[in-house]
Order: sequence, then structure tokens, then C-alpha cells
Amino acid sequence: MSNEATLHSQEVIHGAHAHDHGHDDHEHHHEGGFISKYVFSLDHKTIAKQFLITGIIWAIIGAFFSVLFRLQLGFPDATFPWLESILGHWAKGGRITPEAYYALVTMHGTILVFFVLTAGLSGTFSNLLIPLQVGARDMASPLMNCMSYWAFFLASVVMMTSLFVQTGPASGGWTAYPPLSALGDASIGSKIGMDLWLISMALFVVSQLLGGLNYISTVLNMRTKGMTMTKMPLTIWSFFFTAVLGVLSFPVLLSGFILLLFDRHAGTSFYLSDLFVAGKALPNEGGSAILYQHLFWFLGHPEVYIIILPAMGMVSEILAVNSRKPIFGYLAMVGSMFAIVILAFLVWAHHMFVTGLNPFLGAFFVLLTLLIAVPSAIKVFNWLTTIWKGNLRFTPGMLFAIGFVSTFISGGLTGIWLGNSSIDIHLHDTYFVIAHFHIVMGVSAFFGTFAGVYHWFPKMFGRYLNSTLAYIHFWITLIGAYLIFWPMHYEGMAGMPRRYYDYSSWESFKQFTDLNHFISIVVIVVFAAQLLFVLNFFYSIFKGRKVTTTNPWGATTLEWTTPINPGHGNWIGEIPEVYRWPYDYSKNGKDFVPQTVPLSPDEEKEGH
Amino acid sequence: MSLQRNKIHPHKYSLWIAMGSITMMFIGFTSAYVVKRAQANWFTFQLPFIFWISTAVILTSSATIQMAVKQFRNRNMQRYKQLITLTAILGVAFAVCQWIGFKQMTDMGLPLSGPASVSFIYVIVSVHLLHVLGGVVALLIMFGRAFRTRVRTYSAVPIEVAATYWHFVDGLWIYLLIFLSIAR
Repeated sequence: MSNEATLHSQEVIHGAHAHDHGHDDHEHHHEGGFISKYVFSLDHKTIAKQFLITGIIWAIIGAFFSVLFRLQLGFPDATFPWLESILGHWAKGGRITPEAYYALVTMHGTILVFFVLTAGLSGTFSNLLIPLQVGARDMASPLMNCMSYWAFFLASVVMMTSLFVQTGPASGGWTAYPPLSALGDASIGSKIGMDLWLISMALFVVSQLLGGLNYISTVLNMRTKGMTMTKMPLTIWSFFFTAVLGVLSFPVLLSGFILLLFDRHAGTSFYLSDLFVAGKALPNEGGSAILYQHLFWFLGHPEVYIIILPAMGMVSEILAVNSRKPIFGYLAMVGSMFAIVILAFLVWAHHMFVTGLNPFLGAFFVLLTLLIAVPSAIKVFNWLTTIWKGNLRFTPGMLFAIGFVSTFISGGLTGIWLGNSSIDIHLHDTYFVIAHFHIVMGVSAFFGTFAGVYHWFPKMFGRYLNSTLAYIHFWITLIGAYLIFWPMHYEGMAGMPRRYYDYSSWESFKQFTDLNHFISIVVIVVFAAQLLFVLNFFYSIFKGRKVTTTNPWGATTLEWTTPINPGHGNWIGEIPEVYRWPYDYSKNGKDFVPQTVPLSPDEEKEGH
Repeated sequence: MSLQRNKIHPHKYSLWIAMGSITMMFIGFTSAYVVKRAQANWFTFQLPFIFWISTAVILTSSATIQMAVKQFRNRNMQRYKQLITLTAILGVAFAVCQWIGFKQMTDMGLPLSGPASVSFIYVIVSVHLLHVLGGVVALLIMFGRAFRTRVRTYSAVPIEVAATYWHFVDGLWIYLLIFLSIAR
């Protein structure tokens, strides 16, 4: 109630329709038409679903691209006539051309990092859970929230368009390093496709900023009575930190992109110097390509935490709920997330050890990078101690949460290798790097997303996902992810560089022919398992088993005090008050105590 | 209500975060400038004098918008409308000054495609200008709202948000000007 009071306290409406606005303060039921209910909706729950479904569509496209280029990597000599029928001259004779290969790799990275694991993950769950778990009727600014989604939608349209232009989409890697990305004559992927990429990414940054502003503002200002910061579920802390990272780092990326756009079209030389293209010297002088890398990685590194933090938060919550135990070390969890946020801004140059960076400076970045192992290890320890001797319920969400911990450990450990500037000289830009970040950031973040979807699907749609399909999905994905990425460590240690089109022409990498073959087959199987999930998802929205109780998982947090299918405004009547932290599981002989239950006299004596 | 009295309005809060975000973008630009300046062949030149005049213009506009907030609080709507109009005009005047500054630089033989030190001025100044023009658009919306008859708003929050933003772009310009003058 308090928030509406703050928001509308001074607005007075005159004239005949004065009551239109007055009476719906309690329930906020705007029974609009189809457009205002499902398309330009201001309801955070609908916007969350929009982010999720858009993210799923992008994930299918992005993952399908990886299947296509894995076909090339696993079967470099084979031809697939069906490829020519879908890709046309990009796959002449049934073999992907080098240009198409680079385009596919670039778009795979862009789509997965930004459109799926940033917008699709934090867009979905920040929107869904922040108002529901802090006890607010909606975001601080529902309109800005709606604009955030539609900016993302526009970014998606532009990116999608770039796939269909004649010269193809951007193909200089998802990092878009100049000079390749700055010079249209340098490669066909640097022509109009690159412009569309930059425009799309600029829109994407706008979407992230609008969303992030709202998330921060909502968490800090719109909490219900009694919901102090330390009574917030860890999910909310993680979304909050994610938003802070995004709001502070995306603008820097935008400034990097603006300079790149000027270099492309206005003849400036921020990043360009001493270049020859097709035998002709360019007039650009005095620029520095490394400058772009600094600006890019100043976002680029926080970006990996923007991806992983929401997953961490959701996993913490799901592990506690399904272990029927309080989270271990709540404040340590918050503190370690805070440490990660600070360190995220201080490690960007570890992506640049081999750019001629001063080795003395590099030493500092090594130290700061390795320091991240400390908060990460604290978190892992706390997850393990949370499930230790717990009364585990292996729901699909729980399995994916445990899977997250597994992949986060195995992918995180290889970060210690790569964070050393001397080892990085050998491993830089090899398959070792691919293995590292796919496991720790890609697969883990996906596991976090899946855990979140399986766990909160009942809240989103009032139905359950099919569990049998979910278990098949989980096991194939977990085993498949390890089978795909584990062998890549060996390839990387043997020096196999990333981004190459065909390894069969190198004597030193011929030993990996069968391994690449194997990885590609697993990729196809895992991709099929993801389609199974998509099928399950859309089928269950309409035909899934119905949720019959408001709190199906026996959780303590506020979202389960709303009706099964909450309307716009979330709670009928007053927003519940909060009296306790969200992790009172198996306490004083009770299975769980919701946050809305006042402290008993005994508990008050204990000093809560 | 009484509990909430000292609570900051969520929209004001969002504005503060947005200003932090915009600041980060200009920190990005100015850090790039510093990194670039430390490298070889840095070209130095004098900034056009008109940038100082535009500074005076935007400082004045900060004063007028502050007076507008005061008039709004006193429900002196006539003066309020005049003052936000004046502020918007000063905002446009600021834009014109910056544009003349660009013309002067081009005429001095310092086009956008010149050395990076010159290009930076164009890019940084025009991105800042876009933010000022965003403020002008906001003022035009406020102006339109002041004429509404059916829904009358007594909340000073929108104009306070606009004023804070206006002071922010003002302060940002002064930071940029000092930075660009010192780090030549």
C-alpha cells in the first residue's frame, strides 16, 4: 500500500471520471483488451513471460546455429545437401562456406550472451520475482518496464533482420573487435550486417538500462512493510546486484560502440591506424584498436556476472526450498555477491594479457582475477552445506540447481588456469577458453534458468511442467554438456585455436578428428533434448497439470501467498507484511514458516 | 503515510540511478580520451571560445528551472509556465552555441575526421548535447501537462525530477569542459 501512496499521493483528478482511477488502488484490475493485456502490458508478470518466450525463441536460433557450425567442425569433409536448401549460397554444395561459418559463430555468441542469457534470464526472473518477492504490486515504473521489453523486441527485430541481408550478419566475433568490424571492405560480414548489429546492440543497451533502473528502484523503494534488506530472499539480492552491474557497465559499452560507429561512417580514427585493405593504404591514422578492447571488456567482464548472478540467486533459493533447510551463510552469500560485483569491475584486462599489455600491470589483474575465486568458493561451500544432510526433494528445478553447482565448480576451476597471465599465453584463444566459459557461464547459467523455469512455472502459468520430460531433459543436458565441453580442454591444451574453419588441414590437430566428430554428435543429441523442453514448455502452458494449492513447493517467500493465477496487482486486498527471513525451514518442528507469520514469543526471546 | 514521509520517491530514485548510468558512459568516453592521449602523436589545439558562452547559457537555464520549481510549489502556474518555456529556449540556445562551436572547429581546419583529439570533441560534445535535448523534450511534455484541465496534478515530483536532470546535464557539461580544457 505504502508505495502506491508514495506514487499517487498528490495526484488529484477532476471531472466526471474521477472514480475510474480511485477505486482500483487495492486490486489494480485493469481489465483491458487483448493488446493492453498481452502485448503492451504493464504487468510485470506478463512482461516476464514476454522476455522468457522471446528468449526461448532466440535460444533455439542460437543453439541451432551452433549445431550448424558443429557439423562443419565435426564433419569437415562431408556434405549435407539439406544445408544448401536452407542456407542457399551460404552452404554451396552442402558445405557451410567460411563466411557463413564466421557469421554463425558470431551470431551464436551474440544471441546467447546478450539475447538469451542477459535479456532472457534476468529479464524474465527479475521481472517476475522482484515485485512478487519483495511484496510490491508492480515495478517502480511499469511503463519503463514495458518500454524495456519493447526496446529489447526492437533490438531483436533488427538483429533478426541482419540475418537476412545479402552480405550476411556481423561475422567478426561477438566481441566485434576493430579494425575488422570497423572496415566494411575488410570482410562481407563487416558491411551492413555490422551496422545492424551495432544498432541492435544499442537498442539492447537501452532496454537493459530501462530494466535495470526499475529493478534497483523497486528493490530499494517498493518493499512491503517489514521486508528489510536482510529479510530479502537471495534471488532478490542477486537481481539487485545484477542490475547494478548492468547499469554501470552497459553505458561504457555503448560509448565504445558510438566511437566504433563514428569510425565506420564518419571517417574518424579512434580505433584505426596504419591499415591496408586490398592493397590500398587507408587514410586513418593514430587510432588504437586496443582502446576498443578496454571499453568492450569493461562491460564484457561484468557481463559474465550479469549472466551468472541471477542464476546463483535462484539456485540458492531452490536449493534451500528443496532441501527443507535454511540457506547456509545468508550474509556470507550476500557479501560474496557484493565482492563479486566490486571485483567484476577490476579484472577486465585479463581478457587482454596477450595484447601487449604491460606485464607489470598484468600482474595486478592476475591477482584481482584470482581473488574472485574467494567469493565463488564461499558460495559453492554454502550451497553444498545447504544441501548437506537436507531432506532433499529431487524436483526438476532442484536437479538443475544441483547441476548448476556441479558445472559452476568444474568450469570455475579452469578459470584459475586462465587467470594466470603466463599460462594464458599458451591457452589464450584456444579451445580451453571455449570449454571454460561455456561450462562456467553458458551451461551453468542455462541450468540456473532451467531451474528457475521449472520452479516458478506454476507461478507463471498456474500449471506444472511435465516431470518425466523434465528428467529426460536434465540428464541428457547434464551428461551431454560434460561430453561436449570436457574434451575441449584437451584440445585447447594441445594448442588447438578457436574460430578456425577446418582443423583437418593442420597436421597437429588431425589427432582430434574423431573427438570433434564425437562432440558434434553429442551436440545434436543435446539440441534435440532442448527441443523436448521447448515442447514441454509450450504444451504445459495450455495442457499441463493444474496447480491446486497456492504454495506447491512449501516455500516461505511472498510469491506463494498470492492467488494461483494472480491478477495485475498480485495480491487481493492488502499486501502481506513480513516478519522473518525467508529461510525458516525445518524450524522448531515445523516444516516451514512463511515470511508472513509473526514471530512467536519464543523466537522473539532468541532475538531475531 | 507517516512512515513513508521521509522516503525518497521511486521516480526520483530511478533518476539518480539513471544519472549514475549516464555518468558511467561519459567516464567511458573520457577514459578512452585519457588512454588515447597517453599514446604517441597526440594533436593539441584550442577549444572554440563559444563553448564558454554556452556554459553561461546552461548555467542560467539551471537557475531558471530552479525558479520554476519554486513557482510550481507556490502554485504560481503562470510564472511556472513562463520559466519552463524560458528554460527550454535556453536549452535550444545551448544547442545552437554547440553547433556554432562545431562550425568554428571545421572552419579552423579541424573536421570530425581529423586527428582523434579533434574527433573526441565532436563525439563527446554531441552525445552530451543529445542528453540536453532529451531534457528539452521533457520540458515540452511538462509544458503540455501544465495546460491539462481534466487531470490536474499537484505533485511537484515531475518538475523536480526534470530540474534535477537539468542540473545534472549542466554539471556534466562543466565537468566535460574542465576536463577537455585541462587534458589538452
